[in-house]
Amino acid sequence: MPKQEPFERIKNFDEVALGYTQALAIEEASRCLNCKKPQCREGCPVSINIPAFVKCIVDNDFAGGIKTIKETNALPAVCGRVCPQEEQCEHKCILGRKGEPVSIGRLERFLADWEASKGVIEKPEMAHSNGKKIGIVGSGPAGITVANDLALLGYEVRIFEALHEAGGVLTYGIPEFRLPKAIVKREVEYVKSLGVKLYLDYIVGKTRTVHSMLQEFNAIFIGAGAGLPWFLGIPGENLNGVYSANEYLTRCNLMKGYLFPARDTPMKRPAKVAVIGGGNVAMDSARTALRLGADEAHIIYRRSREELPARVEEVENAEEEGVIFDYLTLPIRLIGNDQGWLSEIECLKMQLDQPDESGRRSPVPVKGSEFRMKIDAAVCAIGNSPNPLIPMTTRGLSVGRKGNIEADEQTGKTSVDRIWAGGDVVTGAATVISAMGAGRKAAKSIHETLSK
Amino acid sequence: MYRVIERRMIVPNLHEFVVEAPEVAGSVQPGNFVIVRPDEAGERVPLSAADWNKDSGTVTSIFMQVGASTAKLARLKPGDAIPTYAGPLGRETEIVNFETVVCIGGCYGIGSIYPIARALKEAGNTVYTILEARSSYLLYWQDRFAELSERVIEITRDGTAGYKGHITRLPEILALEKIKPDRIIVNGCTFQMMKVSEVTRELRIKTMVSMNPIMIDGTGMCGVCRLTVAGRTRFACVDGPDFDGHEIDWHEFLNRRRTYNPEEVHPLRKSGCASHF
Repeated sequence: MPKQEPFERIKNFDEVALGYTQALAIEEASRCLNCKKPQCREGCPVSINIPAFVKCIVDNDFAGGIKTIKETNALPAVCGRVCPQEEQCEHKCILGRKGEPVSIGRLERFLADWEASKGVIEKPEMAHSNGKKIGIVGSGPAGITVANDLALLGYEVRIFEALHEAGGVLTYGIPEFRLPKAIVKREVEYVKSLGVKLYLDYIVGKTRTVHSMLQEFNAIFIGAGAGLPWFLGIPGENLNGVYSANEYLTRCNLMKGYLFPARDTPMKRPAKVAVIGGGNVAMDSARTALRLGADEAHIIYRRSREELPARVEEVENAEEEGVIFDYLTLPIRLIGNDQGWLSEIECLKMQLDQPDESGRRSPVPVKGSEFRMKIDAAVCAIGNSPNPLIPMTTRGLSVGRKGNIEADEQTGKTSVDRIWAGGDVVTGAATVISAMGAGRKAAKSIHETLSK
Repeated sequence: MYRVIERRMIVPNLHEFVVEAPEVAGSVQPGNFVIVRPDEAGERVPLSAADWNKDSGTVTSIFMQVGASTAKLARLKPGDAIPTYAGPLGRETEIVNFETVVCIGGCYGIGSIYPIARALKEAGNTVYTILEARSSYLLYWQDRFAELSERVIEITRDGTAGYKGHITRLPEILALEKIKPDRIIVNGCTFQMMKVSEVTRELRIKTMVSMNPIMIDGTGMCGVCRLTVAGRTRFACVDGPDFDGHEIDWHEFLNRRRTYNPEEVHPLRKSGCASHF
């Protein structure tokens, strides 16, 4: 797929991947073997009818293709960009056994962008109103999926979002250069066009409790996300210049700090940034640092390249852009100057030992390998816990050891009658598509329960 | 959008700000704060709640004009609308019958300590109020506090009202006024809350302070408001904003507050007034 050149793109926040042209899309779709028993669909958490939409592209029927996707996925332009297809649909593709699998994600994106460029967004058939009301907490991928599914089934759906813009992590977390906010807005507008009402700046648990909402709504779905950042637990983590990835990315993406002073929220532009962690959020942070003008952006990761949890595509993008990867490195101390500003990071060198329970080889420190590196800013991208506001304020809601809401994996049912939950608030930080998958299951369960 | 009911400068550089937000007014408690955005380009500014009226659905805050976004807030007129008024946020101040409580307010904290003093009085406490400012013309709401306090004591740096000097005279003032507090609650600038905590540590009086760090979302999501309390990292937005003043790492907190000082004065440098300095 065509991309912006690395030396060009690190100077702007525009999208890196430019998308297929019609000719390229048809060429790619034509590679599909039309398997008798397509495996790809099984790999999709929301069971998109992949062979059908790929066939539509081959036949030049783009309208039919996007209609097929929307039967099961309300966020095709988002999923086409940020799903880890290489572990899902494309992983199952027969062509992938010997060569490159069909680029299903890119084709999905192509159809969504094609529809948007037409300006007319088709809606699937909607059931008549059944008079039942659903309250949804959080407008991220999980909440939007539940809203979409239940609106189509005739429910009156209201989404309550704590921030001033909808989209959850799609808006505050994933950077503009990977997922343009105009696309998130477009998908949110689509769900609103199905009759879903959206309330911004509404902090469920504080503005109004979940129990009080139960009096108004037949069912509540909680998709409040993983909004409590972890820090390293090492000395110096509260020095000035040490950020959680949530803060760093929120300043940039939601508050548009990169446009300061045109926007009021300031953003520092440090010369040497160390990002700690190896997931997609770490890649996003390091690449953001480069775009803010950093001379050096380091990824400090305690394992090796093979174990990086980030998508390969994102790692390659980061490498192309000049992010420096310090593998087998563990930060042990952050050191400040006399003004309380971060100035150095002290690390240990690691080596890989036997695989641990996650199946990844576990890193162990090399004795006496401490070294220091001068840095101006550090970003902790090591994960998040679920947001505590709702568990803290909702009686009877069972909460797990890490603060996650306990919900049935198949249905999303929680310990409280008529309350469902799904996405990162249940699993801890995971992927957009897995949150959407959880939303899909919860919507199905809500419909079954309320139809009895 | 949220309608501005009132915005007026109550004393130099401090503004009384009343906004129509019925759902917030219905659930706000003493010690809570709200997040306000003046316009679409604005920062998310945390403001402590200083009063509210459930019937009219309004919430009042006192804010100080400091950076770009509070400058925009300071230009609002009744009838204007703002895009964000989210809350209430933070845990409420602990209100029980402690018996004798001294409420100390300074700056915008004179506003936010008011509903706390009121709730303490309703809970059966004997409430003394101490208000501190650089000069008498910076004090406000004395009449409101007089209604619910045994006594309202003023401290001014220049001696134009009440005791002359700084809040560090607190032990002496408590002795002179014969007040034996079971608890002290302070809402004010960081420096004032730190100084009170220093002197009350020796007096062994539990002192609660309302911390005012930099915030973005205010819901626990970003962690910029973190501080060290009793050796542990806590988030002011969801674990606070009230903490025991004797357990706070004040040095670290003051440093973190200063993170964006250069950016904060940016609008001042751009205002044209800079050429007159």
